[in-house]
Amino acid sequence: MRVEAILLLFLGVFFGIVGLVYWFWSSEQAGTAMLVGTCLLGFLPGSYYFWWHRRMGYRVEDREDASIEEGAGEINSFPGSSIWPFILGMGAFLTVISLVFGIWLILPGITLIVTALVGVTAESRRGGHV
Amino acid sequence: MTDVTDVTDVTDVLAPPAPGHDVELPQTHLPAGTGGGHLDEPHGHGHEDHGPTGILKWLTSTDHKVIGLSYMITSIVLFYFAGIMALFIRLQLTTPHSSLLTFGQYNELFTMHGSLMLYLFAGPFAFGGLANYVVPLQIGAPDMAFPRLNALSYWLYLTGSITMLLGFLVAGGAASFGWVAYAPLSSAASSPGIGGDVWIMALVLTGFSAIFTGVNLVATIFYLRAPGMTMFRMPIFTWNMLVTGILILIAFPVLTGALVMLFCDRHFGTHIFTVTGCHLVNGAPYSGCGSPLLWQNLFWFFGHPEVYILALPFFGIVTEVLPVFSRKPVFGYKGMVFATMAIAALSTGVWAHHMFTTGAVLLPFFSFLSLLIAVPTGIKFFNWIGTMWGGQLVFTTPMLFCIGFLLAFLMGGVTGIMLASPPIDFATHDTYFVVAHFHQVLVGTAVFAGFAGFYYWYPKMFGRMLNDTLGKWHFWLLFVGFWLTFMPQYIVGLKGMPRRVASYPTDLGWQIYNELSTIGAFIIAVSFAIMLWNLWQSWRKPIPAGNNPWDAHTLEWFTTSPPPHHNYTHLPPIRSERPTWDYNHPDALAVPHGVVAEAAAHARKKEPVA
Repeated sequence: MRVEAILLLFLGVFFGIVGLVYWFWSSEQAGTAMLVGTCLLGFLPGSYYFWWHRRMGYRVEDREDASIEEGAGEINSFPGSSIWPFILGMGAFLTVISLVFGIWLILPGITLIVTALVGVTAESRRGGHV
Repeated sequence: MTDVTDVTDVTDVLAPPAPGHDVELPQTHLPAGTGGGHLDEPHGHGHEDHGPTGILKWLTSTDHKVIGLSYMITSIVLFYFAGIMALFIRLQLTTPHSSLLTFGQYNELFTMHGSLMLYLFAGPFAFGGLANYVVPLQIGAPDMAFPRLNALSYWLYLTGSITMLLGFLVAGGAASFGWVAYAPLSSAASSPGIGGDVWIMALVLTGFSAIFTGVNLVATIFYLRAPGMTMFRMPIFTWNMLVTGILILIAFPVLTGALVMLFCDRHFGTHIFTVTGCHLVNGAPYSGCGSPLLWQNLFWFFGHPEVYILALPFFGIVTEVLPVFSRKPVFGYKGMVFATMAIAALSTGVWAHHMFTTGAVLLPFFSFLSLLIAVPTGIKFFNWIGTMWGGQLVFTTPMLFCIGFLLAFLMGGVTGIMLASPPIDFATHDTYFVVAHFHQVLVGTAVFAGFAGFYYWYPKMFGRMLNDTLGKWHFWLLFVGFWLTFMPQYIVGLKGMPRRVASYPTDLGWQIYNELSTIGAFIIAVSFAIMLWNLWQSWRKPIPAGNNPWDAHTLEWFTTSPPPHHNYTHLPPIRSERPTWDYNHPDALAVPHGVVAEAAAHARKKEPVA
């Protein structure tokens, strides 16, 4: 996790410096705000990953000498198939275009979104591996 | 509905039998209660997905390969739509006062051509299609980190694309304010009708789709690499997709936020990007008024990283293809990685070079950073040439497309350096010189390199080859058509022809260049008709591909073509960035970066598998 953390921290440092230079040189607010946001986008997850690296040490995917067998065990849970992303997507679609084609579309849209959120949560619990 | 949940255990991805050794495969371990399959074929589709079939399989699939292919097919269909729009644009411009299209129709067509190509083809084809399919395979992962989020990304992308095309069917026609939607042209007063609203909502949907894909790519690459696949052993394509994922997370939220603000301006009476209706004090708007320039700042803070979101994946494709068909490891692996990072970092600090002529930006800052991008890009070119230098070049279709990319991107890059200089930009801004520049950059990457990747990975995706002769016809016609289309545009741009015009004066000598450009565009169209014929032939008369028809290097070529559910039944030892090559060529002299010959030989002797 060390390289990943350094990558993100570098992002934060780089945009911190660029943001400072830009602010003192241009005094332009919009660009400075976005550069500061980008700086935080690097520092926040980067610090978190670095903290995790300090706790976990080097994982098998971080070690050059790791063998495939060392990674034995559960990797993650992977749903084989699920209808809920499709339902959620259609709900989002109806909700968004309701702002253009008629606000009544928001009713089926929100219904589908709520149904999908309940469905995907129940599905995850039934699977028991999320 | 089915709720099959597989828990993949890496005991079923143990190392394979050494060539010539008949080693019994380990038993697959799947926890009780899962819907996993059986490892009943030694080299085949071990984990079958026992979920739904037919169209229900497509609707419910969370497999990154199915989603990746869906992305690719959708984006290529949209590419053809946008290409047909380009042909209409070119026909209109062939003669000075053509009546083929009305001015309004012309504005709609160039807006939708740009929107489809940039938002719905080039990006999604790369990070939704190729990356979705290839990245988990290249790092030895069973799937993307968040499979359901991945499926949701596709459905948002598909519905966003349909919403964009719906613009042609609504009263008043599609959006006609250009793909950049500059304020105040995109305001309700200047662009009334719901075409603009449909365009905004389409981009909100596809924007969220891109953000979810970015999150998924970064999480997958950080957490799901196989043992031994360190960050500096990842294939360059995966590296570039990681950096692209981070760039997506930087850029797309800004666009989505700006679009919401634009919608509020159009409908809810806010004046974020307009000054209409504001009170003036001594002739100047008071501080509560909006700023049209704010839209440009927000848009280009998205828009310029977007250019590299559209370029970096394709750089990655080229870096995969060139070593394979040069029969060498990639030259300067780490240089490539750091150049990718440098390009991405610098690209986020150059947004206002699109705004030089507004007179309201810091010219030296943006010019300097823009020129600086030439350095890491030059390093990449140096390394690509270094990879080919002294290699045993094999001119297959993917290799030809990569060489086509190098030439096209070089020309587009050199004119980009010219445009990074404010005095030149002032003279050529909004002329066809700029149109030619960015088409050479984007066609070089998304089309030449993109279809290099398509031809390269097609055997892996479908287990069958594309016809190489037809592929070469596709390439050469595209190559000739491309240069014939865009070189005259540079000249006519320098002669002063502005972009986004549907007619032009007859006495300025612009017509001949436009005629040449139109002929080139139709040659490009013929080349893509040949590609369709090639796909049809491949479908009707399949040529089996085998697992590794190119004798390629990276991990995806180790598994079957197409790969089984959850990708691998076993993995080779990963001791370099070329694990499949290492496994297939244990006595090869050439070793990749960071591995001394003795250590590599030692690793091969010690670690094979049994």
